[in-house]
Amino acid sequence: MGKPTGFKEYKRQAPVERPVEERIQDYREVYEPFSDQKLQEQAARCMNCGVPFCHLGCPLGNIIPEWNDLVYKGLWKQAWQVLSATNNFPEFTGRICPAPCEESCVLGINEPAVTIENIEKTIIEHAFQAGWVVPEPPEQRTGKRVAVVGSGPAGLAAADQLNRAGHSVTVFERADRIGGLLRYGIPDFKLEKHVIDRRLAVMAAEGITFKTGAAIGTDVSAQTLREFDAVVLAIGSTTGRDLPVLGRDLDGIHFAMEFLPQQNREVAGDQVEAKISAAGKHVVVIGGGDTGSDCVGTSIRQGCKSVVNFELFPPPPRMRPAHQPWPYWPMRLRTSSSHREADQDPRHYALLTKEFLGNGRQVTAVRTVNVEFNRERKTGNATMDEVAGTMKEWQADLVLLALGFVGPERDNVIRELGVDIDARGTILVDRNYQTSVEKVFAAGDCRRGQSLIVWAISEGREAARCVDRFLMGESDLPTKGPDDMPRR
Amino acid sequence: MDKQSLDGSCPSGFPAAQGLYDPGNEHDACGVGFICNLHGKRSHDIIHHALEILVRLTHRGAAGADPLTGDGAGILLQIPHNFYKRECMKLGIDLPGSKEYGTGLVFLPRDEAQRQQCKAILEESIASEGQKLLGWRQVPTNNQTIGKTAKASEPNIWQVFVGRGQGATDERSFDRKLYIIRKVAENRIFKSDLPARDDFYVPTLTCRIIIYKGLLLPEQMEDYYPDLLDPEFESALALVHQRYSTNTFPAWKLAQPFHVLCHNGEINTVKGNCNWMNARQGLFKSELFGENIQKLFPIIQPGLSDSACLDQAVELLYHTGRSLPHVMMMLIPEAWQNHKTMSPEKKAFYEYHSCLMEPWDGPASIPFTDGSCLGAILDRNGLRPSRYLVTKDGYVIMGSETGIMDVDPANVAYKGRLEPGRMFLVDMEAGRIVSDEEIKREIATQQPYGQWLEENLLDLGDLAEQPAVPYAAETVVDRQRLFGYTMEDQSHILTPMATTGMEVSGSMGIDTPLAALSETPQLLYNYFKQLFAQVTNPPLDAIREELVTSVLTNIGAEQDLFAETPLHCRQLKLEQPILTNQAMATIKCLDQPGLKTTCLPIVYPVASGAAGLEAALEELCARASQAVQDGYTILVLSDRQADRGHAPIPALLATAAVHHHLIRKLQRTSCGLVVESGEPREVHHFCLLFGYGAGAVNPYMAYETIQDMLDQGMIKDIDSESAEHNFIKAINKGLLKTMSKMGISTLHSYRGAQIFEAIGLKTSVVDRFFSGTASRIEGIDLTGIANEAEARHRKAFPARKIPKNLALEVGGAYKWRRNGEDHLLNPEAVALLQESVRTDNVERYRQFATLINEGGRSIKTLRGMFTFRLDRPAVPLHDVEPWTQIIRRFKTGAMSYGSISQEAHETLAIAMNRVGGKSNSGEGGEDAERFRPDANGDLRRSAIKQVASGRFGVTSNYLTNADEIQIKMAQGAKPGEGGQLPGHKVKPWIAKTRNSTPYVTLISPPPHHDIYSIEDLAQLIHDLKNANPEARINVKLVSEVGVGTVAAGVSKGKADVVLISGYDGGTGASPQSSIKHAGLPWELGLAETQQTLVLNNLRDRIRVECDGKLLTGRDVAVAALLGAEEFGFATAPLMAMGCIMMRVCHLNTCPVGIATQDPELRKKFAGKPEYVINYLRFVAEELREIMASLGYRSLDEMVGEVQRLEVKEAVEHWKAMGLDFSKILCKPEMEPEVGRYQTTIQDHGLSAALDHQLIEEAQPALKHGQKVVINTELRNVHRTVGAMLSHEISKRFGQDGLPEDSITINGHGSAGQSFGAFATYGITFIVKGDANDYFGKGLSGAKLIIRPPESSTFKPEENILVGNVAFYGAVTGQAFIRGLAGERFCVRNSGVEAVVEGVGDHGCEYMTGGRVVILGGTGRNFAAGMSGGIAYVFDQAGDFIQNRCNPDMVDFDPLEPGDVAYLRRMIKAHEKYTGSTVAKDILEHWQDSLRKIVKVVPIDYKRALALLADEAKTGE
Repeated sequence: MGKPTGFKEYKRQAPVERPVEERIQDYREVYEPFSDQKLQEQAARCMNCGVPFCHLGCPLGNIIPEWNDLVYKGLWKQAWQVLSATNNFPEFTGRICPAPCEESCVLGINEPAVTIENIEKTIIEHAFQAGWVVPEPPEQRTGKRVAVVGSGPAGLAAADQLNRAGHSVTVFERADRIGGLLRYGIPDFKLEKHVIDRRLAVMAAEGITFKTGAAIGTDVSAQTLREFDAVVLAIGSTTGRDLPVLGRDLDGIHFAMEFLPQQNREVAGDQVEAKISAAGKHVVVIGGGDTGSDCVGTSIRQGCKSVVNFELFPPPPRMRPAHQPWPYWPMRLRTSSSHREADQDPRHYALLTKEFLGNGRQVTAVRTVNVEFNRERKTGNATMDEVAGTMKEWQADLVLLALGFVGPERDNVIRELGVDIDARGTILVDRNYQTSVEKVFAAGDCRRGQSLIVWAISEGREAARCVDRFLMGESDLPTKGPDDMPRR
Repeated sequence: MDKQSLDGSCPSGFPAAQGLYDPGNEHDACGVGFICNLHGKRSHDIIHHALEILVRLTHRGAAGADPLTGDGAGILLQIPHNFYKRECMKLGIDLPGSKEYGTGLVFLPRDEAQRQQCKAILEESIASEGQKLLGWRQVPTNNQTIGKTAKASEPNIWQVFVGRGQGATDERSFDRKLYIIRKVAENRIFKSDLPARDDFYVPTLTCRIIIYKGLLLPEQMEDYYPDLLDPEFESALALVHQRYSTNTFPAWKLAQPFHVLCHNGEINTVKGNCNWMNARQGLFKSELFGENIQKLFPIIQPGLSDSACLDQAVELLYHTGRSLPHVMMMLIPEAWQNHKTMSPEKKAFYEYHSCLMEPWDGPASIPFTDGSCLGAILDRNGLRPSRYLVTKDGYVIMGSETGIMDVDPANVAYKGRLEPGRMFLVDMEAGRIVSDEEIKREIATQQPYGQWLEENLLDLGDLAEQPAVPYAAETVVDRQRLFGYTMEDQSHILTPMATTGMEVSGSMGIDTPLAALSETPQLLYNYFKQLFAQVTNPPLDAIREELVTSVLTNIGAEQDLFAETPLHCRQLKLEQPILTNQAMATIKCLDQPGLKTTCLPIVYPVASGAAGLEAALEELCARASQAVQDGYTILVLSDRQADRGHAPIPALLATAAVHHHLIRKLQRTSCGLVVESGEPREVHHFCLLFGYGAGAVNPYMAYETIQDMLDQGMIKDIDSESAEHNFIKAINKGLLKTMSKMGISTLHSYRGAQIFEAIGLKTSVVDRFFSGTASRIEGIDLTGIANEAEARHRKAFPARKIPKNLALEVGGAYKWRRNGEDHLLNPEAVALLQESVRTDNVERYRQFATLINEGGRSIKTLRGMFTFRLDRPAVPLHDVEPWTQIIRRFKTGAMSYGSISQEAHETLAIAMNRVGGKSNSGEGGEDAERFRPDANGDLRRSAIKQVASGRFGVTSNYLTNADEIQIKMAQGAKPGEGGQLPGHKVKPWIAKTRNSTPYVTLISPPPHHDIYSIEDLAQLIHDLKNANPEARINVKLVSEVGVGTVAAGVSKGKADVVLISGYDGGTGASPQSSIKHAGLPWELGLAETQQTLVLNNLRDRIRVECDGKLLTGRDVAVAALLGAEEFGFATAPLMAMGCIMMRVCHLNTCPVGIATQDPELRKKFAGKPEYVINYLRFVAEELREIMASLGYRSLDEMVGEVQRLEVKEAVEHWKAMGLDFSKILCKPEMEPEVGRYQTTIQDHGLSAALDHQLIEEAQPALKHGQKVVINTELRNVHRTVGAMLSHEISKRFGQDGLPEDSITINGHGSAGQSFGAFATYGITFIVKGDANDYFGKGLSGAKLIIRPPESSTFKPEENILVGNVAFYGAVTGQAFIRGLAGERFCVRNSGVEAVVEGVGDHGCEYMTGGRVVILGGTGRNFAAGMSGGIAYVFDQAGDFIQNRCNPDMVDFDPLEPGDVAYLRRMIKAHEKYTGSTVAKDILEHWQDSLRKIVKVVPIDYKRALALLADEAKTGE
């Protein structure tokens, strides 16, 4: 299987980014194309391990060694079939997954890991190009109707799986387009939206009904939902974490999720009224995660004058920390393409935002102080201590808050159906993804809390299997199998 | 030798089956010998000599815990008419003339009443056959010198005299009557309810011969039976036997000789042979036995040894009117199928008889006699030694050894040996020795066998081929699912076979659950494990000794054994047994006289579940019976009819069910079984189908899957015909390999031989469908089997078809997959272990241990089913012996330097030396530099030195530098198989430690060529103990049914440690089917070993070690409670050093630098001794906590305390619930003085060694380097001469020893076994006489010269001087042999230069270096597996290349000037040392002679030499 000595012969090669000057002029994907032949060499680096840790590292349980081998042999169609069996949307994860699989790649012990994510992306693009991705509706219908609320990656995955099982699926989306976070949360330069449309077309042709502008409680009644044989809530974790410091009510301070969707709409051709624009502004992005980085990249494309990005915690190490050894997911410094687009690295660490300063209405600056994290001698608890004499003011015309999300919004379907919420603020489910309400299930960020797209798809798939079993008594829908790579 | 315990019965004296002990597993082996007068002249002297021979064979037998109780000895003689006449006179019995009466000893119960009953039954039997009882004589016996145990079970011994009566017209018919009388009486008493029925035994009852035997030591014979001392007791022949049994249980009747023969060896196929033999009863139509032939049945009495079974078969066939030599040729045929020079008549004879019955396959040296002719036959492979000597005054002496009787050299006419497959016959009536050729020619031309074959035997290849069932591509996936195909089956099993014609290899053992514990539906095949030969019989090398193997197969009906007619060979002949679809179609259409096929579907209505399955099986069996009655001779069992409503019956179940049903109905031999099934695809599957009776198999789904993969492009660059051909080739190769593991050479005898153990099947299922197969922990029944069939069926025909689901399941049996089969070492476990040892984090280790111990999601091992019984007060942890003490019992696994990198190998050694544990060198020598400590005090020397079959680098110095020497009989990854290190991996640094040439392929043969039997192992133990008296000798076995019995034999063979390895450990590279399907978990083997050793009272003198995926302290605790006191770890220490279970050890691509020799990859090695120590410390500490909780302060206290284990309650798994562990958790009840762990030291008997004298006399050389000359007498009882002296030299002078000729030893007489073993530099042996087997074994620098004594007159170049397997594994030195040597001369020689005047079969086999000059003929298969060195053969006959050499690996090159100079030098030396006239002649006609010399040089070797020359030139 594969090429036993591939890992010795070929060095890791990932696709290169387009030149910064060029790419910040548009919203298209940042990567140059990667040839099939080069990709086959990269696939040959896979060692076909006796214990493929990548396969555990992937929340979907992607059968990575198998498709690597098939790609190496040029068997693209079989590779696509194997990939599609565990991942409904490799075209999404192939672009915007932080690739925990690669962190647990065995080659990563002493060499750069296999470029699993790029191989995944190439397989599915190859399949679309070859015209293999065509509607494959189920042969029989079960007569059961399932409603999926929310059309982000979890909802779409659940809908896709349930439809394959023969159920009639309706997806309710409160926005005007299907896609949820994929559509409006992720900038086009990371995920061009025709990639979503292309997939949705296939799903619709396979028999899934999509209803947009269908907020539960307002556009669609809870009663309508209850008439379905089962309901899957996949409404995401959309309540942003706020930063309630002095000056928060000044103008020019926005949640990232107010800022990013507007740009996506504009790219999609919509007229956006009262657009929050970074053009010509000094931009401060608070929050050092992926959303923060998306704000940076978007601000640069909009023509900001400057952009800085604050992170409360100190910079993580460049290499794996000792307490997160291979094959665990390491908290280490990750630099996104957006970070490289600024004139200088926009990231500033260990900064606590103390206050927004303004001219009365409009924010003009942000005041920060450096912090250090220590351990209390007696209790051993971590403490955050401000460093004296490090107060600093940063010029700011636009402040974007990308501090993460605290959970699902509760004033809509959650309230309407009366599902219970757990202590973390997410929807409470049992081991079968079933909520406190009969025949109502939940999956994705609304259950798990904010997470990765790959996790959302995984949850959607696993929940679909539980729904199918609930409806039919048994299920032949696939599962990734028990256990996931533990977190350290 | 396996006892037949088909019905659970056992010979008296044996404990009943209990726990895992089953008397059916007992083995024995022996020494045999005979003496006779060529002219039939009777004398009393012969008896005297024979008893002396017996005493000289003492070392080939054994004694048990009671040193005065032997394992059995006996003597067979002609009836001493004058003596009996006289004795009977005293009793008032008037004996008629010689041969007018029959007589025999009768063993009777000691209880008077029961004795009378037995006598009465025998008397009735005599009367009912119309013969006359003349009277009874109580045989005088004297039991004063015999042992306590023997005395306790001593029978009452009488002698019966029967006068010739009606129907007994001649001697032959009289003997037949006596045979019936005996059989009838035996059957009646055996079936009676007499409590002492087992004590009844008739050693012999004929009018020609008499047997005296008993549970005696050789020297006790004449004391016990004073008859033998009477001068009037005269015989012209005497046949003696000395037994070595693996047990210590008294069994008088198992002493040999038997009625017509005695047997040294083991019948590997005995289970099948007995089944077949008894099944043939249904065809018997003989009139010779009168109306009611059934009174003889069963032909093969259950509960006897394999030799006894063979004896019963021989007896029956003898009484059909065939001559004994004819019978022997039928039962133990030569390897005729691939024989190039055999006459067509003889071939025809063998082929014809192959239609009558299958061979009884296995090592066998069998002397036989009917009182007037005395003969002997040797198995096809020559696996037992048989030497003979003919004196000028008319005596013939034959035995397992030479030197068993003192004969004046001047009186020796000639000396010879029995050759493989050959027969030897003394016709005392004609007064001559009949040659093999003459006997066989005569027998082979009795009938026109060739013509009969021509007219009746149908060759499948000659039939018009029928079109195959067409292949439906669109439904292939459904059918693949129906038969449980996975992606792994495609990529891992079928692709390699279809593309390369070979089964794929794997490494790092197996860590998936047993089928009986697995959550995923298993094919029935997975519930069976392959058995393999270890110690008591040798495995074979099907590749290099291909000439003895065959997959040729006949199917069809057999006929009555009492006749020989043309119809007897009306069968269908198949070149090989894997049928293509076309061949299948052809067979289905057969409809000719005597060859008619019918097809029986093997499917059942899936909805009806287990009841439906059972009903379908019953119907199938009934239909099979009916079909036979209707005259069909080939039954095809087909699952082609499986569909949405019908699931296939597992093909194995269907086959075995029909096979056993027909055996019971006595119909089995009237038809052949052919299986047409979608199921079989792995080698193991086919092995099982054949092993349970199939004659041929058509695996149609394997073909369809291959075709489908070709269509999809998953298999490329090959056409479908070749792919199919490759698949068939791979399966046949695998079959041969699996057969050879058990030492079975022909598929014909493998068929129905049931060489498997079931694990996880209910006894009810096994007894009904797989009768005679061991199944010791119960498990699933038909319901379970139906459940799993249904699960597969549901996958094929799901209620809803779901798009995008994987076509086939991923599998995960070979490599971990998240959704596949569960593995013990899953990613989490590996990660936790590595983190714990690197960061010295005990908490992480605990997490790891919890994962392993509690099994994570599911229980994967047998030990996982156990829990500790905490029924005793705990002790404080600090009272428990410290980890530093415990760790001394820990060892790392045998992994050779070569299989793992130098870095890894030395890290393990350093780690173990730092903490007082032991690392193991593995096979392949060790650099002497490692024997000295490093500057920092670390020692890189492996405390355990392994001696494996390749013997690479096993020198006196290597052995001297060991604390323990381990004889590897088998390894967990591939028990019963050899290994091969391909030339490209033999880097110069590897070659150095292995004493071989770089880049020359190194082959480790499957067997140790000096261990074909248990008494051979005792000999090797003795050799090694001599080579280093301070080292413990450890024998490594692999768990399988009967391993306990083997361990008992090992204990009797004086090993200090016996290691029981689990099948699942084994880090080595091996064919996948071996890793997965051969051997058993250690829990079973260890428990059986402990139970058997304790029952035999042999436990206290041997330590028991256990290994096989021991991972945690809990594992160690379970092993200790089951009976182990030492523990081995391999997988886990490798993981501690960084191994991440890539399972590519065999590919040299280990990415962490452990299992690789690639310099780039070795740089990545990041392991440290500390990591290994941390791991072992964690294990020991966990163990201590368990010990404390169980209330044990020391490990010794807990050894074998199995009552502290109980079975986990609340196990939910449906399959696991059916398991029954009572046999594992059984503790034999014994007297308190019987030890349960090692407390005493073995007596190795070294004090008697001749070497003490040699060492004494060699002191001037040892102390002062002065030359010494020693003169000594040599007898065959002096074994391993020179090894201890060499040890003394190695201790003082290291590898290089002393200068040449420092110690010259002149010996006279017959040298014992292993003469000159491991003899090192500075020693010169000059022997005048002859020598036994293993001459110069492991020679390490010495010079050996052997020649006949001056007074002998025979032509040395025509006489055998040296036994078999000379210079096995020899490393360096010189040898000059003035005469012939036996089989396997210079086998695995790596450097010795030898001159000899002729050799037997398999000369220079596996040789890797050195030079051999053969100034005479060779046997067949010369140079098989020879990868290095050069042989020069003086080919007088001119047929060497064509007929005698195996050309697979060698070239025949012209002599170069260097060769000529070398030859001249060596031949001159030979002449000088031995006075050889052959050498003189050759030298005198030098140019002529040179033309006749063939230079044999391995292709590999030439390539390597060229490469080395290149390297030298370029300075690399």
